Amino acid sequence: MKHDVVEKNVGLMMILIVVAISFGALVELVPLFFDKQTNEPIAGLKPHTALQLEGRDIYIREGCTVCHSQMIRPLRAETERYGHYSVAGEHVYEHPFLWGSKRTGPDLARVGARYSDDWHRAHLYNPRDVVPESNMPSFPWLFDNEIDGTKTGRKMAGLRMVGVPYTDEDIAGAEAAVSGKKEIDAVVAYLQQLGLLIKAKR
Amino acid sequence: MMSSFWSAWIIVLTVVSLAGILWILLANRTAGEQETDRTTGHAADGIEEYDNPLPYWWFLMFLFTIIFGVGYLIAYPGMGNFKGLLGWTQIGQWEKEVAAADERFSGERFAYLAMPIEEVAAVPAAMKMGQRMFANNCASCHGADGKGSYGFPNLTDNDWLYGGEPDAIVATLVHGRKAAMPAWGDVLGDEGVRNVTAYTLSLSGRNVDAEHAAAGKTQYDMFCVACHMPSGEGNPLFGAPNLANGIWLYGGDSMQVSHSIRAGRNGEMPAFADLISEDKIHIISAYVYSLSRSTD
Repeated sequence: MKHDVVEKNVGLMMILIVVAISFGALVELVPLFFDKQTNEPIAGLKPHTALQLEGRDIYIREGCTVCHSQMIRPLRAETERYGHYSVAGEHVYEHPFLWGSKRTGPDLARVGARYSDDWHRAHLYNPRDVVPESNMPSFPWLFDNEIDGTKTGRKMAGLRMVGVPYTDEDIAGAEAAVSGKKEIDAVVAYLQQLGLLIKAKR
Repeated sequence: MMSSFWSAWIIVLTVVSLAGILWILLANRTAGEQETDRTTGHAADGIEEYDNPLPYWWFLMFLFTIIFGVGYLIAYPGMGNFKGLLGWTQIGQWEKEVAAADERFSGERFAYLAMPIEEVAAVPAAMKMGQRMFANNCASCHGADGKGSYGFPNLTDNDWLYGGEPDAIVATLVHGRKAAMPAWGDVLGDEGVRNVTAYTLSLSGRNVDAEHAAAGKTQYDMFCVACHMPSGEGNPLFGAPNLANGIWLYGGDSMQVSHSIRAGRNGEMPAFADLISEDKIHIISAYVYSLSRSTD
């Protein structure tokens, strides 16, 4: 049996396993790295401002993406509730993207401008104050914590290395742009711009 | 649409892997053999492994999945730029779903659109639709029952910031509203805020320090009358609330009222012009209209 050769040689077996399972990625993923549809930003797409970027990092830190997706699928039930389905070009400046895979709460891909800033503040302080049946956690510390802007510029520089078109002025002005802001300001600024570029009436 | 290189890349790799899997399946098949006592020769701690062929049904299942895969790739998009014989697309399926729903419901919605809002509000079927649209679009601020909460107006009490007539409700939904109560703290000073608070509370018949209220009246007449009117009945043109009816958006205790005076209030109703179509806004407006009227 030729099996013996493979089964008794761990190194060879590892290589063959990698080859076997890489076919899926080579076919499903690799072409997308070079596809126009996934690499070209949609018209009007801008990188996050310094404040929005910090808000995004807080969104990641607090694990919002564990319960909230940012991916509206082309299904009528979803487009009726959330708006136009998400397209790849909206996410080309997202590193990493925050599509998520679970909805305990609603999808947030187009939550921007749907609620007032006041609502977001009240809701993040204690969701039950505005939505009595909500089981979302409260995030009161966002109102106390100030943003540490010393790393904001470096984060932008890092993102520029992977293709986000930040200018030198953006990076130089980043710390000043977030100085004195509370974390809640950043989170609200981030949420209020989500998904505004594509509009579709339901 | 991807370039023909990547299209070919996908087609070649897919065909190669399908063919490879088929080859592995057939090459390792020991056809026609039954279960035997022969072993593979492996032995670990005296445990040995039979060298029996794959059960026939299992082999057929493998074969079926491969045939299914080939059929799928012919019928549906998968092979690079080849669109599949059925012409199916994800977006096409969504468009069909939407078109089917529109065909089923839009006739009814547009019939309501042609009716005045007061009449739509009296149609139970329309109000059932309206209630669901309200739940989806309005309830997170105004509450599932429309009773609002701190900072978010109660829609059931027939007290309106921007007017409760059908046209005003539609305008609120379509364009949104932004309250513009300025911060008076710097103008009035601490004492002034205290006095105006006292006078404001007196407008709804509350017991207040008469001296403070009298002093507050002078300033009220100077700074507040323009929007809130002399007797505090407010002005829906500016969204200036009625201060005399005991309904408070931000709470009616003196702490809250003095905070509103000192720091201002800028409550905001988002605009739905870009989000919801006219026919649905009409039905939601009728539902909102009905919320306060039904309790009359």
